[in-house]
Amino acid sequence: MKQGQKIIITLIILVIAVILFMTYNMGNNIDYVLSRRGIRLATMIIVGISVAFSSVIFQTITNNRILTPSIMGYESIFILFQTLIVYVYGDKAFNVISQQENFFYAVLLMLFFSVFMYLLIFGRQRKNIFYLLLLGMVMGTLFNTLSQFMHVVIDPNEFSIVQNFMFVSFAKMNVKLLGIASGTLLVALVIAIRYIKYLDVIALGKDHAINLGLDYNKLIRLYMLIIALLVSVSTALVGPITFLGILVTNLTYELFKAKKHIHIVWLCSAVSCICLIVGQFFIEHVLSFSTTVSIVINFIGGVYFMYLIWRTRKKIS
Amino acid sequence: MVFVISRIPRTLALILVGAGLSISGFIMQQLSQNRFVSPTTSGGLEAAKMGILFAFILFPEASLSVRMLSALVFTFFCALLFIFFVEQVKHKNTIFIPLVGLMFGSILASVSTFFSFKHNIVQNTQEWLLGDFSAVLQGQYEAIYIILPVVVISYIYAERFTIAGMGESFAKNLGLSYHTIVYIGLLSVSLVVSASVVTVGAIPFVGLIIPNVVSMLIGDNLRRALPLTAFMGAVLLLVCDILGRLLVFPYEIPIGMTVGIIGGVTFFILILKRSK
Repeated sequence: MKQGQKIIITLIILVIAVILFMTYNMGNNIDYVLSRRGIRLATMIIVGISVAFSSVIFQTITNNRILTPSIMGYESIFILFQTLIVYVYGDKAFNVISQQENFFYAVLLMLFFSVFMYLLIFGRQRKNIFYLLLLGMVMGTLFNTLSQFMHVVIDPNEFSIVQNFMFVSFAKMNVKLLGIASGTLLVALVIAIRYIKYLDVIALGKDHAINLGLDYNKLIRLYMLIIALLVSVSTALVGPITFLGILVTNLTYELFKAKKHIHIVWLCSAVSCICLIVGQFFIEHVLSFSTTVSIVINFIGGVYFMYLIWRTRKKIS
Repeated sequence: MVFVISRIPRTLALILVGAGLSISGFIMQQLSQNRFVSPTTSGGLEAAKMGILFAFILFPEASLSVRMLSALVFTFFCALLFIFFVEQVKHKNTIFIPLVGLMFGSILASVSTFFSFKHNIVQNTQEWLLGDFSAVLQGQYEAIYIILPVVVISYIYAERFTIAGMGESFAKNLGLSYHTIVYIGLLSVSLVVSASVVTVGAIPFVGLIIPNVVSMLIGDNLRRALPLTAFMGAVLLLVCDILGRLLVFPYEIPIGMTVGIIGGVTFFILILKRSK
C-alpha cells in the first residue's frame, strides 16, 4: 500500500473513532452526554499528542526505540505527591486543595525534579544520557517505596482516592483544568515544532550531528525540557500511562516509512489518539467501566514491549 | 517467651534474608558481568510478586508453600529470560542492561496491576509486598531456611559463575558445562528471592549495593569477597531493622522502606562514582 493511502486511512479511522465515541448510544439527554463526552475527547487528544511528541523526541535523542520518557521517575513523583496530599489531609484533601492548584503544583514539582536530575548529570561533564535514565529510574523506585509505605498506612477509603490518581481515568475531568493543560501543551508544541527539524540530524548519531554543525548539548537540553513539560502535563492531567509511548511510536514506525520527524510526530499523534479513543470506547461500552484505560494500555503495551525485545534482541546495541 | 517466639526467629530471618539477597545479587552480577544487575534491576522482585498474586487469585485457600512455589516458578523464568537476553545483546553497555531490566520489572508490575485491580486488591498487594519483619514468628517463617543451602552452593560455585559470565564458548573451552552453571545460579537466585518475598516481602536494593560496596572495599577476589558480602548484607538488614524499630517507637517503620531509602541513596552515589 502506498504511503499516501495509509495516511488517509489512518485519518479516516481517527474520524470514525471520534464520531463513534461521541454519538454511540446517546440516550435521551443529548446535550449533557455530548458535553461530557466532548471534555473526555479533548482530554484524550491532549494526552495523545503530548505522549506522541515526547516519546518520539525522546526515542530519537536516546537513539533507542524501546524507551519512553515516563520511565524517568516522573510518574512515581506524581503518585508520591498525590499520596502525600491524601496522607496529610485525609479524605478532605481535595476540599483543601483545588484541582487546579493540585495540577499546578504537580507540574511544577515534576519540572523541578527533571531540572535537578539534569543538573546532576550534565553539570559535571558526564554527558551520557543513559546515566540520566538510570538515575531517574532509581529515583523512581525510591519514590515508589515511599508511596507504597503510605499506601499501607492510610485507611482504605483514603486509599481509594489515591487509587483514582494511580490509574488513568478520563471520566473525572473538568473544564478549567483542560483549559490550562491545552494552553501549556500549545506553548510546548510551538517550541517543539520550531526545533523538530534538527531531530532528523540528531538521528544520525551524536558525532555526525556535531560534525554537521549542530550545538548538540544545547539542543539535547532543550529537548529534555520540552519532554519534561509534555510528560508533566499529561501525567498531571490524567495520571501515568507508562507504555502508551512505546506502543504508539513503534506502531507508527512499523506502519509508516516516513523519515522526517515533522511527519512522524503528527502521524504518531494520530495513532496515539486512535489508541486512546478506541480503548476508552471499549471500556465504556463493552467492559462497562470495569477497568481503566491505562491498565489496559499498559497491559497491551507491556506485552508488545516484550515482543519487541524478543524480536530485536540481536540488533540492540 | 517473646524471646523464643519472636526475637530469635526475627533475627535469624534478618540474617538469612540479608545474606541471601546480597549473595543472589552477587551471583547475578557475576553471570551477567554487569555491576548494576540484581534482583531489583532485572524484574526479579516483580516476578515473585506476580507469582504470589496469581497463587492468591487462582487458589485463595493456598498454603504458604503453594505461594512460594508459584513465586519460585515465576522468578526463575523471569531470571532465565533476562540472562539470556543479556547474553544476546552484543554491545554490553553497562547502563543499558539494568535499564531494560527495570523496564522489564515495570511491565511485570503493570500486568500484576491489571489483575489486582480487577480483583480489587491493589492496597492489599502493596501491603503484603512491602518488606516487613514484624510478622516473623515461630512457625511462620521456616521457608526462609531454604536460603542456607543456597549460600553453600554459591560458595562452591563462585568461580564457575564468573567463568560462565565470560560467555558460553569461553566456559566450554575451559571444560565447564555452561548451561548447567547458569541454571544452578539462576535457580539459587530465584529460591532466595521467592522465599524472602513470600515470608517477609520485597526488600529492594540489597543485592545491588552490597556486592558493589564489597568490591570497592576489598576488590574482586571471590573467595574473600563472598563471605564478606553475606556478612554485610546481614548487617545492613539488622541495622535497618533496629533503626526502623527505634525511630518511631513504639510503632515501627517497615524494613522495605528503610532499606529502600538507604539503598536508593547509596545506589545513586554508586552510579555517580562508577561513571567517572
